[in-house]
Amino acid sequence: MLLITCPYCRMARPESEFHYGGEAHVARPAEPANVSDAEWAAYLYMRANPKGVHAERWRHIHGCGRFFNAVRNTVSDEILATYEAGMSRPDLGDGTKDAR
Amino acid sequence: MKFSIFSLMRQALGHHARWPAQWRSPEPKAAYDAVIVGGGGHGLGTAYYLAKEHGLRNIAVVEKGWLGGGNTGRNTTIIRSNYLWEESEAIYELSVKLWETLSDELNYNVMYSPRGVMMLAHTVHDIQVFKRHVHANRLAGIDNEWLTPEAAKAFCPPLNISPKLRYPVLGAALQRRGGTARHDAVAWGYARAASALGVDIIENAEVMAVRRDARGAVEGVETTRGMIRTKKVGVVAAGHTSVLMSMADVRMPLESYPLQALVSEPVKPVLPCVVMSNTVHAYISQSDKGELVIGAGTDAYTSYSQTGGLHVSAHTLDAICDLFPTFRRMRMMRNWGGIVDVTPDRSPIIGLTPVPGLYVNCGWGTGGFKATPGSAYVFAATMARGEPHPIAAPFALERFTTGRLIDEAAAAAVAH
Ligand SMILES: Cc1cc2nc3c(=O)[nH]c(=O)nc-3n(C[C@H](O)[C@H](O)[C@H](O)COP(=O)(O)OP(=O)(O)OC[C@H]3O[C@@H](n4cnc5c(N)ncnc54)[C@H](O)[C@@H]3O)c2cc1C
Ligand SMILES: [Zn+2]
Repeated sequence: MLLITCPYCRMARPESEFHYGGEAHVARPAEPANVSDAEWAAYLYMRANPKGVHAERWRHIHGCGRFFNAVRNTVSDEILATYEAGMSRPDLGDGTKDAR
Repeated sequence: MKFSIFSLMRQALGHHARWPAQWRSPEPKAAYDAVIVGGGGHGLGTAYYLAKEHGLRNIAVVEKGWLGGGNTGRNTTIIRSNYLWEESEAIYELSVKLWETLSDELNYNVMYSPRGVMMLAHTVHDIQVFKRHVHANRLAGIDNEWLTPEAAKAFCPPLNISPKLRYPVLGAALQRRGGTARHDAVAWGYARAASALGVDIIENAEVMAVRRDARGAVEGVETTRGMIRTKKVGVVAAGHTSVLMSMADVRMPLESYPLQALVSEPVKPVLPCVVMSNTVHAYISQSDKGELVIGAGTDAYTSYSQTGGLHVSAHTLDAICDLFPTFRRMRMMRNWGGIVDVTPDRSPIIGLTPVPGLYVNCGWGTGGFKATPGSAYVFAATMARGEPHPIAAPFALERFTTGRLIDEAAAAAVAH
């Protein structure tokens, strides 16, 4: 069970209070009418799924109810940072920020 | 060497100390006609059918660890073919048919045991979905029947059908031809048979990079045991598929999750069939050694940790204790996790990729052991001919662009 710090509640709480929301920063196409099938597929289905550092969404469903983002290492499951939705991914100085 | 009653007797006289190695362990050659990445059941089976059915013998399987050390050797071995959609019925039923003769085919006992797989319904929705499956399967000529709670208990006596349960058993779908097989034996049997046909099986060789030529086509793979040149690469790496495909700059519609299993201390035969319940998250059968083999759920988040949270298996044990009160005092001996590659529609991806010469067979997620022979068979044909085998065709990667998903998730959302 992970211990996750909600950036709104500013408290470390057990994973069972939260809901996982998949890869973060996947932007919905701004002009849906002008998007090709391949671009839709990329948006809807294709995921980085890295073995290593991953930016992902979580929701504090049994707390404040809000969405936020976390950066987590998917090998050790260590959470490296959590930050509010809408903020850009923090640069942890490990060179993974712009890696896809 | 062929296994027979005579070879058994001969080796017994030598106190079983003189069994030969079951497959060769050669040094990798500089080049092959095709290379399979991943020495699980699907990869080894692919190599076997490439050699046997398509005459490709100058080929290799490269495995980063030991054979079957991935999900093949970590799974709860439930085999069934009662899926909803025609495309799924075709591939899973092909597999069940191949399971029925696999021990003879490989001259290796894979211990396929069609003891029946019973899926429990606990809600009105479950009843409707399962009856729909029963009808769809019967139209496709696949056995699946509806049981009342009393009939379910008659088939599986330790089952608790008390109406007082939090989620009482309201009925069950039973596939009598479903069952289990011995996980390691599947990997070893395919490895032995493939090796005998000339396939090089190279363990402890991790693929670190995929080399491509100026056109972008595959030229070879860089491994921890050196560079291997080849124009055909088949990636069959389950939970690590995204990692391998990213080496060729291909993004996949996959997420990797830990999935857990656990086994109890061994006891005398108590459970005659396989029982699964997706609503309360319990999957259970009894191995020939006597251990109860229990499958739990996936963790909530993607991970390559290969363990899984304790609360996930505790949740499953809660359900098992409700359904089988007699198992409450049993002790669990071991638990472990595997990394499963989950697709958005819970159906596999089999076929060509945007990179010439690169093929992929993945996305089997929580339930691909049952498909091992069929998946390997159609993937070998796809790699040999350079075009999808008809049963593999609907499972192509393009379905995520065309929208022709094969949605077994909405159909059942059943794991294993
Ligand atoms: C706990 C659990 C329970 C399950 N229960 C069931 C069940 O009851 N019924 C069912 O049908 N299915 C079940 N499954 C799913 C099933 O195990 C898998 O779908 C199936 O075994 C996948 O086989 P595979 O050969 O594709 O993968 P694997 O056996 O995982 O083989 C892939 C191989 O690729 C290797 N590899 C990865 N990266 C590299 C690299 N870079 N270089 C070289 N080699 C590499 C790995 O080491 C691994 O050996 C379960 C899975 C788990 C984890
Ligand atoms: Zn909160």
